[in-house]
Amino acid sequence: MFPCMKLRVLEELLQDVTDFTKPKINLEQYVTPPHLASHMLYTIQTQYGDIKDKSIADLGSGCGALTIGAAVLEAAFVIGFEIDPDAIDIYLDNIGDEDMLNADVICCDVRSIPSRFDKFFDTVIMNPPFGTKHNQGIDMQFLTRAFELSRGAVYSLHKTSTRKHVLKTAKLQGVVGEVIAELRYDLPASYKFHKKSSVDINVDLFRFEMN
Amino acid sequence: MKLLTHNMLTSKCMKGVNIGYPLKIKAVDLKESEVDFNPDFISRIIPKLDWNVLVSAASSIGKNENLPEDLLPEYEKNTEFLKRVHHVLLEVDVVNGELICPESGRKFPINNGIPNMILNEDEV
Ligand SMILES: C[S@@+](CC[C@H](N)C(=O)[O-])C[C@H]1O[C@@H](n2cnc3c(N)ncnc32)[C@H](O)[C@@H]1O
Repeated sequence: MFPCMKLRVLEELLQDVTDFTKPKINLEQYVTPPHLASHMLYTIQTQYGDIKDKSIADLGSGCGALTIGAAVLEAAFVIGFEIDPDAIDIYLDNIGDEDMLNADVICCDVRSIPSRFDKFFDTVIMNPPFGTKHNQGIDMQFLTRAFELSRGAVYSLHKTSTRKHVLKTAKLQGVVGEVIAELRYDLPASYKFHKKSSVDINVDLFRFEMN
Repeated sequence: MKLLTHNMLTSKCMKGVNIGYPLKIKAVDLKESEVDFNPDFISRIIPKLDWNVLVSAASSIGKNENLPEDLLPEYEKNTEFLKRVHHVLLEVDVVNGELICPESGRKFPINNGIPNMILNEDEV
């Protein structure tokens, strides 16, 4: 077990992270809820020691739940990559005047992150767009780019219903992955065209090891 | 935007741009702050940097901290040196300004510390 702050403290901290105010459906903007984000980051640090003192990328960093969480867990440096300037404005509000200094966010498309960054990061963490409808395949594009950017490990959330596809995509890149946690995601109904105000879906937290 | 991030950014994705590196910095506002010093991390990150680009970027915004033109041998044992590199890489922030593509002259704005590298459709 690697050193880490208490799970409860981390979750409380992440509860203060403001969500997307006007989520853009086409970018699949939904926050990683505090409960989920804290469990994810806590597991990555305590089980694998992949956050503290590491350089970390957060792909599709949005309002910063994972970027802020990783910085709080004493990453050596975090870079968030996010395409939407409005989401980044919320991130800036979220960090406020706090001493959240070991992170940078770059406004860019994950698909055009410069190749100078290849193998630059020890760890990539992400909650990528699921790649629904008009966005098909974006989840796998995020994953493939993550494999190139990381020289240690990649952690990523995917719908359990796509598990086989995720593992196959990884295998094609010569990367071995495993599901390290099965979680429930309370997705706002807008993303499911559902009558209920929200709907639970099952998601897998994957860990991929780079070699 | 920290100089560590600047060292990695390019405008190569643009149509007609070959290398797009290094991006020139026009700094309007700078901020300096204190970040925990992690000598192992700094030693690990140095080989991934373009050292000359770091030195000239730091000089161009007046924060050179007497970094030598050539990387010192055995720098990983030199705590005083690593501290200066740490300061330049992580404690200096370009809050407002621009990054400028060396080939096309395209300007990428930096607002509130965030470089905006998004390209228009006709630029890719
Ligand atoms: C599911 S949200 C996760 C947000 C945040 N990481 C979190 O955990 O709360 C996915 C994020 O990816 C961003 N995104 C979608 N497509 C992108 C792209 N091509 N490049 C960069 N970011 C993108 C969206 O704007 C959104 O913020």
